[in-house]
Amino acid sequence: MMSKIDESCKYTETDEWVNVTGNKARIGITDYAQHKLNDLTYVDLPEIGMKVSKGEPLLVVESVKSAADINAPISGTVIEVNEELEDNAETINKDPYAKGWIVVMELEAPDELDSLLDASAYAKKIGE
Amino acid sequence: MYRQARYDEPLLSEISDDTPKTRYCKAPENPPEDYIPASMLRKAPPGIPEVSEARVVRHYTRLAQMTWGVDTGFYPLGSCTMKYGPKIIEVVADLPGFRDIHPLQDESTAQGALWAMHELQELLAKITDMDAFTLQPAAGAHGEFTGLMMIRAYHEDRDDKERKEVIVPDTAHGTNPASAAMAGYDVVEIPSGADGCVDLKALEAALSENTAALMLTNPNTLGIFEKDALIIAKMVHEAGALLYYDGANMNAIMGKTAPGALGFDLVHLNLHKTFSTPHGGGGPGAGPVGVKAFLEPYLPSPTIKREGEVYSLDYEHPKSIGPVKAFYGNFLVLLKALVYIKSLGGEGLTEATERAVANSNYLAEKISPLLPIPYGKVWKHEFVASGKALKEKGYSTVDLAKRLLDYGFHAPTVYFPHLVEEAFMVEPTETETKEEMDAFVAALRTILEEPAEKLKGAPTNTSVGRVDETLAARNMAFTWKNVNK
Repeated sequence: MMSKIDESCKYTETDEWVNVTGNKARIGITDYAQHKLNDLTYVDLPEIGMKVSKGEPLLVVESVKSAADINAPISGTVIEVNEELEDNAETINKDPYAKGWIVVMELEAPDELDSLLDASAYAKKIGE
Repeated sequence: MYRQARYDEPLLSEISDDTPKTRYCKAPENPPEDYIPASMLRKAPPGIPEVSEARVVRHYTRLAQMTWGVDTGFYPLGSCTMKYGPKIIEVVADLPGFRDIHPLQDESTAQGALWAMHELQELLAKITDMDAFTLQPAAGAHGEFTGLMMIRAYHEDRDDKERKEVIVPDTAHGTNPASAAMAGYDVVEIPSGADGCVDLKALEAALSENTAALMLTNPNTLGIFEKDALIIAKMVHEAGALLYYDGANMNAIMGKTAPGALGFDLVHLNLHKTFSTPHGGGGPGAGPVGVKAFLEPYLPSPTIKREGEVYSLDYEHPKSIGPVKAFYGNFLVLLKALVYIKSLGGEGLTEATERAVANSNYLAEKISPLLPIPYGKVWKHEFVASGKALKEKGYSTVDLAKRLLDYGFHAPTVYFPHLVEEAFMVEPTETETKEEMDAFVAALRTILEEPAEKLKGAPTNTSVGRVDETLAARNMAFTWKNVNK
């Protein structure tokens, strides 16, 4: 099954996407990741104001198959969360890059963005 | 082809006619107020269904016919050790002297029960090469939590309070990190090497003066014996940390080696796995914890003490972590395990291990041409195949698992451990015959040649078809009342 990849995003090795506008980054999990996890049942959203470093656990998602840590793709502060997911975790399955966004973070070190994968590198990483 | 019974069986409350049926229980002569304080009395009767005895028996017999257990057939649920429970364990647990005992009756009138618990402690210590045991924990994870509380008590007692981390390999049972977090520790997960065993370099990097303990599941969840167990033990002890052995897979090493001999300080056992007591719907579990002598002062209180031929409950343990269960553990479960151990004897237990491992390797060799097994060349009591390639046929591991039900086999564990993609985890246990395992492989082979629709629509021969797991997880309803809401 081909996974969708959004050309406008940057990606992590651990299947998160980042969409940057100014010094804010919208973050979610990739189509490939939601396929792997299968039907999502619960998203444990972080608190607004939480500070986190790149690579550290940001939140947990649960699916019928398993529970998985979602790591922070960049360092910064959580300034917005997608409350819609509290009751409808399946939004991530249906629309991982748009309606299924999870958090917005304020960037702490914009340089970190350079270490992320672009769409074609990510496509290569997941073997598609 | 297998066919499971299917009844449109109502709930007892739905067939109740509210006319009292029982003649066995006589109501007390005086009104309830004479026996029970007014503040504790119900305002309305409890609403217990009134159904004739014959109808009640039919109700439960029908439900039993619509379910599946190891008494019905093969149950190769990896990690769960669904071995057959010999009926003699039930016979002994049903003896009135054991069955009708009260936890608060005078010790002098319960010497037999205390003897049985003491004897079990001694035998478990021998099997695991430990010095002392507590029988209180009611399940494996409860045993882990108890063990971690003792680890904490030990470090604190030595004024060594900076140790906040517990190291857990990624092939551990999922309960290990959960128990460590529950006990207040930070969990440090370490990855396995290409051989499916602990990566010693990763372990070395994770160990520090902050390490309180390592929790090792051995054989691990890939069914592989940790070949470096002795080196691991040495490394962890040198860092000043303790070694916790998850003994849930003890059925793969019993009589061959022991956690104590491998250098471990604590171990829990799952009596409902290795020692054949019923689990799943069949009864509560028991997760006794064994320790080396230096940890004995921290064991939960009370312990069972023997002086000459007299047994008693000993509450005098100033350093104890305190009781972890009401009274003394799930007594009748403990008793069943004792009967199992005594019936088999040392040689019998060793033979059980050999058969469990032989069965697993036989089945692995038969299954690997059908579904590859990414880790291991020889296995202990279980192995993990991968259904990754099934995607090309248009279905996944879960569909294969569901179709097996149509052939009269319980499905193996699927999607665990996470290390193997589309995991299909098989544990036959020692109680299955070659014929039974061959029939399982034959069913698997047949299914893999069936068209995808057959698998996608499975099961069809069972009392209940494919359940919607997503809906169940998203809208949890734990009681019939919830469902009706």
